[in-house]
Amino acid sequence: MRRRSSFARSALVLLGLMLAVPTLAADYKVLPGGRFESVLPADGKTAPAVLKPFRLRAEPVTNAEFLAFVKAHPEWRRDRVPSVFADGRYLSQWAAPDQLGPGALPRQPVTQVSWFAAQAFCESEHARLPTWYEWEYAAAADATRADARSDPAWRERVLSWYSRPSRQALPPVGGKPDIHGVRDLNGLVWEWVEDFNAMMTSADSREQDGADKLKFCGAGAITMEQKENYATLMRVAMLSSLKATDTTANLGFRCARPE
Amino acid sequence: MKRLLLLLLILFASAAAHAASPLPSDSLYQLSVPLTDQDGHAAPFAARRGTPQIVSMFYTTCTMVCPMIIDTMKATRRAAGEPTDLRLLAVSFDPGRDDVDALRRYAAAHKLDLRWWTLARTAPQDTRSLAALLGVQYRKLPDGEFNHSSALLLLDADGRIVARTNIIGRTDPEFVAAVRKATGG
Repeated sequence: MRRRSSFARSALVLLGLMLAVPTLAADYKVLPGGRFESVLPADGKTAPAVLKPFRLRAEPVTNAEFLAFVKAHPEWRRDRVPSVFADGRYLSQWAAPDQLGPGALPRQPVTQVSWFAAQAFCESEHARLPTWYEWEYAAAADATRADARSDPAWRERVLSWYSRPSRQALPPVGGKPDIHGVRDLNGLVWEWVEDFNAMMTSADSREQDGADKLKFCGAGAITMEQKENYATLMRVAMLSSLKATDTTANLGFRCARPE
Repeated sequence: MKRLLLLLLILFASAAAHAASPLPSDSLYQLSVPLTDQDGHAAPFAARRGTPQIVSMFYTTCTMVCPMIIDTMKATRRAAGEPTDLRLLAVSFDPGRDDVDALRRYAAAHKLDLRWWTLARTAPQDTRSLAALLGVQYRKLPDGEFNHSSALLLLDADGRIVARTNIIGRTDPEFVAAVRKATGG
């Protein structure tokens, strides 16, 4: 009898622990990877990207999850973070450095986070930010296909989200899952990628043959292919314009892990 | 003698105070990145605190722009009057191939004076963080080469960026002036 009650107690404690540490429960989905036609050819010409299998967080990181992280790692509070890691608007939508408030609902994706802060969060989940290729590959999926990009409906859906006014409150995470079980890649927030500072697209690709040889070492800088795929190219342009300390009201993130 | 002692005491006290004072919020040394140099010595990036630095990124198998980055750093130091309190640091984009041996060979081949110079490498994820911190873009290509932007940054003794130039292949007069000012030269 005594034994049973102590068992019940430890079960309760376990349950309490599970509820108290939601980040441990973050759901990651396996994506198979393989050869992928990126809008950024690997060699700047035509080479496809080659992706190893990886795990991607099923949902973007939410305000509640980021709050738990900030409480566990107070050096990432907005009143303590060094200015080399985040600009002055970092987490400015929260009511206080350790409180969400009406401007930041728990299930909304966290935004106003810098690349450094996003990286630090992912490390706390034993993960990292996805690379651009991983992100682009994952976002090519729809509910039934791993690569739906040739379908004009896919493109339309992405573009119609871009045109939605950004002053509206962000919906909560939890959109429809795609074929991999991943949600909200398109249609909720922009997302940081690990190599956001590796895209180096020039506004005018003609520059990249002559004058830019001095600026960019190695073979010619990346030239964007598939110019009709401007839905993705807009994202590349946006990400390339960022500094690692930047935060915006529509820029969040999710994490990835090697399989 | 007494005066000398006092001077020493003051020097010692100010050095201790300096080491103990918290890093400024805008100091790049806030990033805890371990660097390994051409002699195999490992030290945190923040251990460079205390002297102004010119910092850049490169990789040893790059034949075109990177030697120019190194040469521009040399020329900048010369143009600024060869200040003895200036350090020069170049960190590799390519930790996969640039091991300690490769860095040492490169330092020798380019006759880098190791009294001022450090060539260093760090882990791949730290390389990305450091590049983000320095505002340098790079991308590994399938053939093992790298595309990268080129910049020289001048850090003050506390690791704050005081000047930056993208001019490579010749010295940038404004950047040289900033180096002179930062080193009291």
